[in-house]
Amino acid sequence: MTETETIARWVTPGARVLDLGCGDGRLLRSLWETKQAPGYGVEIDDTHVLECLRNDVNVLQMDLEDGLAAFADQSFDVAILSETLQAIHRQEHLLKEMLRVGREAIVSFPNFGYWRARIQIALGGRMPVSKELPYEWYNTPNVHHCTLVDFEALCGKLGFRILERVVLTEGAAVATMPNLLGALAVYRVAA
Amino acid sequence: MIVAAHKARFTEPLRLSSGAVLPEFEIAYETYGTLNAARSNAVLVCHALSASHHVAGSYADDPDNIGWWDNMVGPGKPLDTDRFFVIGSNYIGSCFGSTGPASTNPATGKPWGADFPVVTVEDWVAAQARLADHLGIERFAAVMGGSIGAMQALQWSLDYPERVRHAIVIACTPRLTAQNIGFNEVARQAIMTDPDFHGGNYYEKGVVPERGLRIARMLGHITYLSDDAMMEKFGRALRRKAPGYDFEIDFEIESYLRYQADKFARYFDANTYLRITKALDYFDPAARFGGDLAKAFAQAKADFLVVSFTSDWRFSPARSRQIVRALLDSRRIVSYLEIDAPQGHDCFLLEDARYHGALRAYFRNMPL
Repeated sequence: MTETETIARWVTPGARVLDLGCGDGRLLRSLWETKQAPGYGVEIDDTHVLECLRNDVNVLQMDLEDGLAAFADQSFDVAILSETLQAIHRQEHLLKEMLRVGREAIVSFPNFGYWRARIQIALGGRMPVSKELPYEWYNTPNVHHCTLVDFEALCGKLGFRILERVVLTEGAAVATMPNLLGALAVYRVAA
Repeated sequence: MIVAAHKARFTEPLRLSSGAVLPEFEIAYETYGTLNAARSNAVLVCHALSASHHVAGSYADDPDNIGWWDNMVGPGKPLDTDRFFVIGSNYIGSCFGSTGPASTNPATGKPWGADFPVVTVEDWVAAQARLADHLGIERFAAVMGGSIGAMQALQWSLDYPERVRHAIVIACTPRLTAQNIGFNEVARQAIMTDPDFHGGNYYEKGVVPERGLRIARMLGHITYLSDDAMMEKFGRALRRKAPGYDFEIDFEIESYLRYQADKFARYFDANTYLRITKALDYFDPAARFGGDLAKAFAQAKADFLVVSFTSDWRFSPARSRQIVRALLDSRRIVSYLEIDAPQGHDCFLLEDARYHGALRAYFRNMPL
């Protein structure tokens, strides 16, 4: 199972979708093709914005750090933040904004508690580099890493309900000890 | 691309926003490419303040006169005339071929002059709709423009929702700010206080209020460029070896503005300038809807592409974001580009790989 498949399972047909940090728009394109879900992508990077237009995906060139002021309250069925949370400076603010504009939010991020990451730090003594975290410490766009436990604690603090959670490693769902064995976490949350 | 200008004549009176009536009028236009059998590939390009229907290509007898948006429109260009049938149309009140203040008033046999009515963006669009009828185009694949041209594209989507599939709105604003209107008023005052203006009836006196036009153009030019772009282009460079301690040209920027002003005053009509700035000032499509732009867009059926440029302080990105917000609120389909480029409002006329790449992609994905 992939992250895209996981997200697609949670998106109801025809839902209005907002994808924050949408990259080249492939998730939105796939949700349109499989779920007829009309979507908007938000992206700051010029190259990605151009790719979105080439992929026939509606894209809005805006900075997520400025919040989601362009979007009215509850104007989307779901707001998605796919593998972007760790690169945001004001996470609390953005997560609150997501559940202001969306009825639900889907958030995925690389789990910093994954055993490979733990070993690289604990035994190798170096910052982890992996498929999910392909950057060196000095060139990473990521600023705020977290683990499953960290994220769930933040949801608790913000009063968010976790509706579903899927943890993936190498394309397979992880059921036991997810904070240790899971490389990527995907959450569905609501206010 | 060799092109030719045409004129279409309309004899049914046109009632204007002001209540005045134009008994008859002509529209100057050009077309590029071929209208397909389904008549589904027409794109209307609307022009801004000082431009005309000559959007692209050049004339057989005037090869140096290249259209104002030739980098955007033509064979293989972002708006590809091998695929689209493109129409450039000159708005009424202009001085480049469509009926305007310098045209003959049929009631008097003399130039309209001061009697030519004040026209609005809505009036321009209503006149263009007659041209679309004349050309047999029921529905445009797109209506596009930059600046005042973008206002027309936006107005088209509101006034003729069934006739616009895509509206491309570049370097636009949903209404002028007080500062914008202030600049326009200074330009108008410069023209109207010129002794050669004669209340607008200068044609019969054989003079042109050149001084006023020159100052209006200088002021305009300052607002089209960003502070950074001006500094980059001219800096504080001197035209002469040392300051002259007089009022001749010292700085490069003075020389540039005077040159642009002289050029403009030779080809542009002062009465047209007055009316265009008024059309800008009055533009406010939300006004009819209690100031709620989203309610205005509830009339529209088009998909939108909105583009702004970060250094544009005349119509800043914040103004374009208001348009985007209102489009989202009214559940229209919209994409928005905010291009980080330094040249100010003029960016919309310049070649930029991101800007042109985006337009190219948008047109390519447009089903016909």
